[in-house]
Amino acid sequence: MKRTVPLLIVLVGGILMMVQYFIPHQVSQSIFNYYTDWAPIVSSFALILGIGSLTRVHAHKIRRKADNWQYSWAVLIPLYLMPVLGLIWPKSMGGGMDAPSIFHFMYMYIQIPIQATMFSLLAFYIASAAFRAFRAKSALATVLLLAAVVVMLGQVPIGELLGSWFPKLGLWILRYPNLAAKRAIMLGVGFGMLATNLKIIFGVERNWLGGVGK
Amino acid sequence: MRNCWIGVPVLGIVFLLTSLSWAQQSDAVDRDMSVPPDEVTEKPVADDVALQPVAERIPVEPSRGLAPPGAIMVKNKENDAGDQLVVSFELPADTTGIFAYRIYRRVSGEKDWDLVKVVAAGEPTEFIDGYDPEFPVMPGTLYEYRIASVDPEGNEYFGEIQVAQETPHGEWYHTGKTKVLIACAIFMGLIFFYFNRAQRGVKMYLRPIAGIEAIDEAIGRATEMGKPVLYVPGLSDIADVATIASLTILGRVAKKVAEYQTPLMVPNRDPIVYTVAEESVKQAYLEAGRPDAYDPDSVFFLTTSQFAFVAGVNGIMMREKPATNFYLGMFWAESLLLAETGSLSGAIQIAGTDAVTQLPFFITTCDYTLIGEELYAASAYLGQEPKQIGALKGQDACKAIIITFITAALAFGVLDLLFKSDLVEWLSNFLASPIVE
Repeated sequence: MKRTVPLLIVLVGGILMMVQYFIPHQVSQSIFNYYTDWAPIVSSFALILGIGSLTRVHAHKIRRKADNWQYSWAVLIPLYLMPVLGLIWPKSMGGGMDAPSIFHFMYMYIQIPIQATMFSLLAFYIASAAFRAFRAKSALATVLLLAAVVVMLGQVPIGELLGSWFPKLGLWILRYPNLAAKRAIMLGVGFGMLATNLKIIFGVERNWLGGVGK
Repeated sequence: MRNCWIGVPVLGIVFLLTSLSWAQQSDAVDRDMSVPPDEVTEKPVADDVALQPVAERIPVEPSRGLAPPGAIMVKNKENDAGDQLVVSFELPADTTGIFAYRIYRRVSGEKDWDLVKVVAAGEPTEFIDGYDPEFPVMPGTLYEYRIASVDPEGNEYFGEIQVAQETPHGEWYHTGKTKVLIACAIFMGLIFFYFNRAQRGVKMYLRPIAGIEAIDEAIGRATEMGKPVLYVPGLSDIADVATIASLTILGRVAKKVAEYQTPLMVPNRDPIVYTVAEESVKQAYLEAGRPDAYDPDSVFFLTTSQFAFVAGVNGIMMREKPATNFYLGMFWAESLLLAETGSLSGAIQIAGTDAVTQLPFFITTCDYTLIGEELYAASAYLGQEPKQIGALKGQDACKAIIITFITAALAFGVLDLLFKSDLVEWLSNFLASPIVE
């Protein structure tokens, strides 16, 4: 029963969504919207479980004095402090979400810069990854290096100064060999999705119910 | 006590909502109290003066001046939900001095008009009515239209009120998707055909995929080193097929990990994915015969914020030094941040994603990468169940059909260039025509 009911729901829902794609009628659209409206509702309730998980994991770390347990305070304090500051703290004492408030200050001048810092690390990581990828250790790696040099020079003004064929060749590499490879991957992905969906809808793939079977 | 931790955020949320409601009530009382009684002003209300919509000022009789447009043709739009109409109108015989045309619409029998479209002079006189969500077209409703020629000063010169020839209605089949339906039927038929073949015990060859074969080796390495295995099931939600594929692999990885008694860490970005992953891992430990070895803290939710999640996972990598990292699922800009940090920490890394733009990052930084469809195939490879393998062969058959179509289109395209035959041109165009009209 624990497995049959979810499998039945998936079977009916899956077939309904497949058929719905071919029916533009308003009844079909209403059913589709009704189904999709459930997603944010379920997600909101699942978030409570998520916060519970985060609290449990870090509370255990603090209680056990596990390695680096001090960092757990850095998770738990802002996790509960920010909603308090935004929703409960009196406006006369800097509460609320709108500027000027402590919440707004912490969001704008702590959270956003930290996130931007993480994102900006990408530039350095791309440089180090490119260094590893473009080492001409074999014939294929040399082809990759040459293609990369042409594409990169084709994108910047100095490429055109070196030769007017640089941007054209760069664009050709992007438009033809690169796009052909991308489309081949996307085609495989499309069939993979189709097969995975069919396996789930018809109960061949049941791992999402928990467990891997025999 | 461990299971009671869920109560903390629930209580927190209840407390927050109560406080918020109380704060809002207090604010309302404060606002009421802050206005002295003598400053309370009443809005002037005149019983006989009601606001009239601008459109109501449309004269009933056609004005003289610029020539108004002619006949209005209204047709039901095909293949829609019955919420759109195709409207076209005849231009006046003399268009001199016309700056634009304003199209008004009302429900037949009602009084008020809505301005639904402005067409500049010289632009196409056919448009689809119903795009503007402010003035939706309702299925089964009879509408009336009226069009005005507008001069540069904004003066309107109206034509006759005309009743729509058709009412909007939705269709029960999208005729533009017939090719998709045929293709789906063929592909589903092939997959089911191979399901059956596999079930009948027909042996099928599977090409070895290095990344999948390395999974056991990677878990074994972590066991030997006595270090944990880190599994990131992507950053997308449960509606993403890549996430579902990742969760099916997680179940198999968790079973192996349970058999080897190696610690497992599964950080999650999406709360629903977290609940499914937790259930999957718990069940895998149960099936491995080691339910006692399951650690409830091994599968955990981190944050929904993309870069905060990266910071959290990178921190785990640098502190806990897992011996094996799995990144399987959907990834965006964080792919390189995760994989490069994992590389720096010295872990063996296996990645897999269907995000084409992230594949190069994983290929350069990880030891093994499952490219695109290999991610979906991994579960079948690991499980070796006949039906799963049958589905893989069905996919291959589908790809063979597509390759045949592409090759034939290419060949006919070249032949068309060389011989200029009508038949070859038709075949070439047919093969290259889009599947969705």
